[in-house]
Amino acid sequence: MKIVVLIKEVPDTWGERRLDPGTRRVDRAGSDGVLDEIGERAVEAALAYKDGAADTEVVVVSMGPSSTSILRRALAMGATSAVHIVDDRLVGADLGWTAAALAGAIERTGFDLVIAGGESTDGRGGVIPAMVAEHLGVPLATGLSTLQISPDGIRGERTADEETLTISAALPAVVSITERMPDARFPSFKGTMGAKKKPLEVLSTADLGPKAAQVIDTAARSIVVEVVERPARVAGPKIVDDGTAVAQLVDFLSSKQLV
Amino acid sequence: MSNILTFIELTADGAPRSSAAALLQRASQLGTPVAVIAIGPAHRDAAVTALGALGVEQVAVLASESADGAVGSAQTDAVAAAVDAFSPTVVLLPHSAEGRDVAGRVAARLGAGIVVDAIDLRADGDSVHVTTSAFGGAFTVDSVVEGGLAVITMRQAAAGEAAAAVQATVTELGSQQSTPAAVVEARTGGAAASGRPDLRSASVVVSGGRGVGSKENFALVEQLADVLRGAVGASRVAVDSGYAAQALQVGQTGRTVSPDLYIALGISGAIQHRAGMQTAKTIVAINTDADAPIFDIADFGVVGDLFSVVPQLIPAIEARTR
Ligand SMILES: Cc1cc2nc3c(=O)[nH]c(=O)nc-3n(C[C@H](O)[C@H](O)[C@H](O)COP(=O)(O)OP(=O)(O)OC[C@H]3O[C@@H](n4cnc5c(N)ncnc54)[C@H](O)[C@@H]3O)c2cc1C
Repeated sequence: MKIVVLIKEVPDTWGERRLDPGTRRVDRAGSDGVLDEIGERAVEAALAYKDGAADTEVVVVSMGPSSTSILRRALAMGATSAVHIVDDRLVGADLGWTAAALAGAIERTGFDLVIAGGESTDGRGGVIPAMVAEHLGVPLATGLSTLQISPDGIRGERTADEETLTISAALPAVVSITERMPDARFPSFKGTMGAKKKPLEVLSTADLGPKAAQVIDTAARSIVVEVVERPARVAGPKIVDDGTAVAQLVDFLSSKQLV
Repeated sequence: MSNILTFIELTADGAPRSSAAALLQRASQLGTPVAVIAIGPAHRDAAVTALGALGVEQVAVLASESADGAVGSAQTDAVAAAVDAFSPTVVLLPHSAEGRDVAGRVAARLGAGIVVDAIDLRADGDSVHVTTSAFGGAFTVDSVVEGGLAVITMRQAAAGEAAAAVQATVTELGSQQSTPAAVVEARTGGAAASGRPDLRSASVVVSGGRGVGSKENFALVEQLADVLRGAVGASRVAVDSGYAAQALQVGQTGRTVSPDLYIALGISGAIQHRAGMQTAKTIVAINTDADAPIFDIADFGVVGDLFSVVPQLIPAIEARTR
């Protein structure tokens, strides 16, 4: 079984995250790039299967200028090999370009199952898995809070907006998971040392095949025209409850016409 | 005016889901809405009638036995076929689990441009400007789609006044070359309807965190929400600890809410929680720890025990509203 896991470098949610109003892109200088937590869980889901099926190959794939360290981290956790898509032509890539590039790399790598996080903490779009599945022409199971993998299919629970579904699909397939999936393991010292010797292939757009090239050359695309920063909030009064807090709070709410 | 294809999510028996009314109102601000649905043949007429009741004049229907058995497949085909039939410039979908799947598949299949989780739309000549927010509302982003069809998912919003009911005209959509899909094996109707407003579009949200302490105690959060006719929310710790359902999580990896009033009970205000609620108009926090970061963004903070404050607050608000 060959499992491809899609991972992304994102600005650390614990830090101050910024868009640069000049370039209209994420200000990478202003924040530390880390492996997204949901991406760690996606790697964990693949490794958990590999733990019980040793002939499983786990390939982590990432696109972005500075993804090397997160790919190494996933290798240290136990992934078999890594693929890094990096090309100046992809600077400012929208969802369409990103999905086409990822699909091109996945097709080239070969796969039985693709696991992605449900949504990244920076973009939060949550449509990449669907776009990749469509490019690859395979079934899609998004938002899984449980995932059982077997040699010929997957099954899991999906909490949609108003109901919970148990869904299944034959392989090959694309799935995305939620943060209700188990936490990721930490890389061991041995894993970290070993990761340095594992294969990490670097691909440019020229390696991604004709379909990706076609999207990049001809598809419609979204362009950011303006980025505006919202003024920071200013805190209001903070009172210590001395028995009159409720009365003061109700007065405050009524002054705002909220009660 | 141009046609605005509007994908409507349906329950298995053909009732439009809660996202429908607001989405259709959005569409009618941009052009002529054409509702697109995929539905099992048995429930087709019920769905068309229900859309007419929402004021929809045109419905494009793909009647398919697989509409609720194959995840998102007939829905994707319906939208793709409707794009062929109506040559729209914009397709609108709800930014929901199903809406995202369909939007992603349609955009990839048709080579369309895609913008997701929009909070506002504005027509400007031939193009549509899409407003989204980034990093928990700290930034507002304006985008356009160039070079073809725009596929846009809209964040759930409250619906305005209902449109007058009409008799919808129906266009039948032909089947398409489908992509293989996952299949539904079982369905459990989500949380029993609470009678509360939807968290995503409620004007008041009362949320509880680890400080609430247990699932039983969470009833206090619900009671305060109810006297304010608000929705209930929760921190990730409250969800992970089983105090509240996953769908109620507010924050970085949960719902983003922007109500008139947000009340945080026993929530520290970690940066990832704030990312889901810091654009609320008014924020009130009740927390025993005077240094909790939630107070940095609260318009009114009470340093106190929620188990002493909230039980007094509920009758005090009730007395006002009576
Ligand atoms: C990638 C990532 C994504 C995340 N996404 C989210 C998300 O979407 N939503 C989210 O909420 N968190 C999210 N988190 C987690 C976040 O970092 C915090 O751990 C979480 O928000 C803390 O929840 P809490 O405030 O309920 O708990 P705590 O931080 O433990 O705070 C509990 C608070 O309750 C107060 N308290 C205790 N007893 C009482 C009492 N009797 N009366 C009044 N106050 C009391 C305490 O003083 C304390 O401030 C995410 C974290 C990461 C890394």
